[in-house]
Amino acid sequence: MAEPDHVEPDPQDDHVADPAGNAQGAPAGAGGTQDPPPARDPLDREPVDLAAVLAELLQSGGALLRQLQHAYPGAVRDALADPLATLVSVAAELGVDWQGGVDDVVAYTRSRLSGEFAVDEFGFDPEFTERIVLPALRPLVRSWFRAEISGLENIPDEGPALLVSNHAGTLPLDGLVLHSLLHDEIGRHPRLLGGDLIFATPYAHDVARRIGVTHACPEDALRLLEEGHLVAVFPEGYKGLGKPYSERYRLQRFGRGGFVACAIQARVPIIPVSVVGSEEIYPLIAPLPEVASAVGWPYLPITPLFPWFGLLGLLPLPSRWSIRVGEPIATDELDVRAAADPMTVFEVTDQVRETIQDTLYAMLQERRSPFF
Amino acid sequence: MSRVVLVTGVSDDFAARCARALASLPATTVIGVDLVPPRRPLDAVTFVRADIRSPVMTGLITGRGVDTVVHLPRRGPGRSRAAAKELAVLGSMQLLAACQRAPGFRSLVLPSSGEVYGSSPRDPAVFAEDRGHDGGPRSPFAQDCLEVESYARALGQRRDDVTVTILRMAPLMGAGVRSDLTRYLTAPVVPTVAGFDARLQFLHPADGARAVTTAVERCRPGIYNVGAPDVVVLSQLLAWLGRPSVPVPRAVARALRRTRSRTGLVVPEDLDGVTWGRVMDVRRIADELGFQTHWSSRQAAEEFVALASPGVLRRVLDGRGAEEGNEDG
Repeated sequence: MAEPDHVEPDPQDDHVADPAGNAQGAPAGAGGTQDPPPARDPLDREPVDLAAVLAELLQSGGALLRQLQHAYPGAVRDALADPLATLVSVAAELGVDWQGGVDDVVAYTRSRLSGEFAVDEFGFDPEFTERIVLPALRPLVRSWFRAEISGLENIPDEGPALLVSNHAGTLPLDGLVLHSLLHDEIGRHPRLLGGDLIFATPYAHDVARRIGVTHACPEDALRLLEEGHLVAVFPEGYKGLGKPYSERYRLQRFGRGGFVACAIQARVPIIPVSVVGSEEIYPLIAPLPEVASAVGWPYLPITPLFPWFGLLGLLPLPSRWSIRVGEPIATDELDVRAAADPMTVFEVTDQVRETIQDTLYAMLQERRSPFF
Repeated sequence: MSRVVLVTGVSDDFAARCARALASLPATTVIGVDLVPPRRPLDAVTFVRADIRSPVMTGLITGRGVDTVVHLPRRGPGRSRAAAKELAVLGSMQLLAACQRAPGFRSLVLPSSGEVYGSSPRDPAVFAEDRGHDGGPRSPFAQDCLEVESYARALGQRRDDVTVTILRMAPLMGAGVRSDLTRYLTAPVVPTVAGFDARLQFLHPADGARAVTTAVERCRPGIYNVGAPDVVVLSQLLAWLGRPSVPVPRAVARALRRTRSRTGLVVPEDLDGVTWGRVMDVRRIADELGFQTHWSSRQAAEEFVALASPGVLRRVLDGRGAEEGNEDG
């Protein structure tokens, strides 16, 4: 049997050798040889930041303990009598800005528990998303990741569009950050397309459906676009999430271009989105594909902090995020039949991929440090 | 032009409802067939006690000049798997064979079930009619439905003068509906699959019967999904019912289903349908047959809840509300 490396030239190597990739150092060699780390490797700074993170964490943990000590014992009795209100107030103490006050949120959650809500056919619950999930996410997005977004004028105020983004960070936090920023800035909910693993995992399924994520398949994507939604897709999928830290910001294969076929069929523009900052949150040091496939996962989330520090290791590193929305790539001048023409689909896929990759390299060059 | 419609399985409430609805159409004679007489009067429907597996059916269809057959699937409670399959699949085969022989036979309306789509994390959120249903685990009832559908399509191919309309229906929901799903929902304690809040789509029996009469009247070949366009989720429905739910891991739920006769806990046969849920795209029947449901899933569920016995939680909460009211007064 021939070695697969030589039978199938990996398309991604062509792109990595792109001249714009100089910021990341030498292009990846074919055949999987490891490059020496580039001179300004963000990993160099990591121990310093790690210490800062831990210090901050200890500090906030200490503050919480002091508060509990201060409140004991009457408040504890109250807290136990109404765990829901307690949870909401503790979150408020931790910096969650519940719009409309703590009591409102408690009342809303109660009404929700009695079944007073409505979801669409995908299970999306806009009220729950806006009142619970997005406020809870905001401190993470704004204060922890200090995320910024530019190029919003490229997103239509109404009507369908397909956002295509790079995907990284071991856990799909980039989707949540994108959702939070887009909703805050332009008031639209991007409907994310997610992998089947999300929907096979208990609780992840529920949260994902509630915030409007649906399975990344042409049927659902087309339906959402036909209904006029803003749809966001991460064509790299698990390959993007589960790539080792040494390959950060190198785009993986963009699936089989199914998202392009959908956009052509629905005659909606494709808007490239480049996310910088997501790669550093959980640097994947050992994907261990053999072990991962034995447990049925696409990769193992082994980072410098996880699983060694337990749940604490799930705290993402506080990288500074920056998201750039590119100019739309129109598909409406293409014939609808082009959706079935693999050559056109491949060409557009490559165009989108190169746009995002070039933007990523440009953004990395502008960035001073991953964390500051 | 007068029409003679034969409806099978009329001892079932929904089949009887369809038969009565058909009998109210102008110039339509309806013959209801079953082994067991119906519990409620069938009004203008002529009841014939017969087994659809018997050769009598050929004579009945030809002799009475039947031109339309409405063949309803059924999932009887407490029947053994072998007996259910015998009745559903072999009965349908023999009935369709009798239809094929009858020269005056023109149209078959087959109300099937949306369960044929299955449900898994790999499936789209909304099923359209042209969705392939290859492989994947199915409930035994769904497997039977798929088989009967394939016989019906084969009949349409062998007799090109015959129109075959397949209606894939969402679960029936409304006052007094008794099904595998409603028995599950009204158990004193409802085991749910932890971390999966199923999206449920319902069909009110009145809408279901209207879909059948529309299909008989319009006589258009093809497969159509039938259901209300909106969705309720399982946790919501259980909250309305006031039923305490016990989240259990999926593997435990599967084990409970296997041993349900011994444990007394009710877990529906279609466990995937209450794990990921199932929603069908109902645009085709609206576009091509002009059919729209009057009842939304929510209204159908609310009607069911209103007439179901209140669950423990609702009794406790209502009781507490009453006490608080008294204190205030």
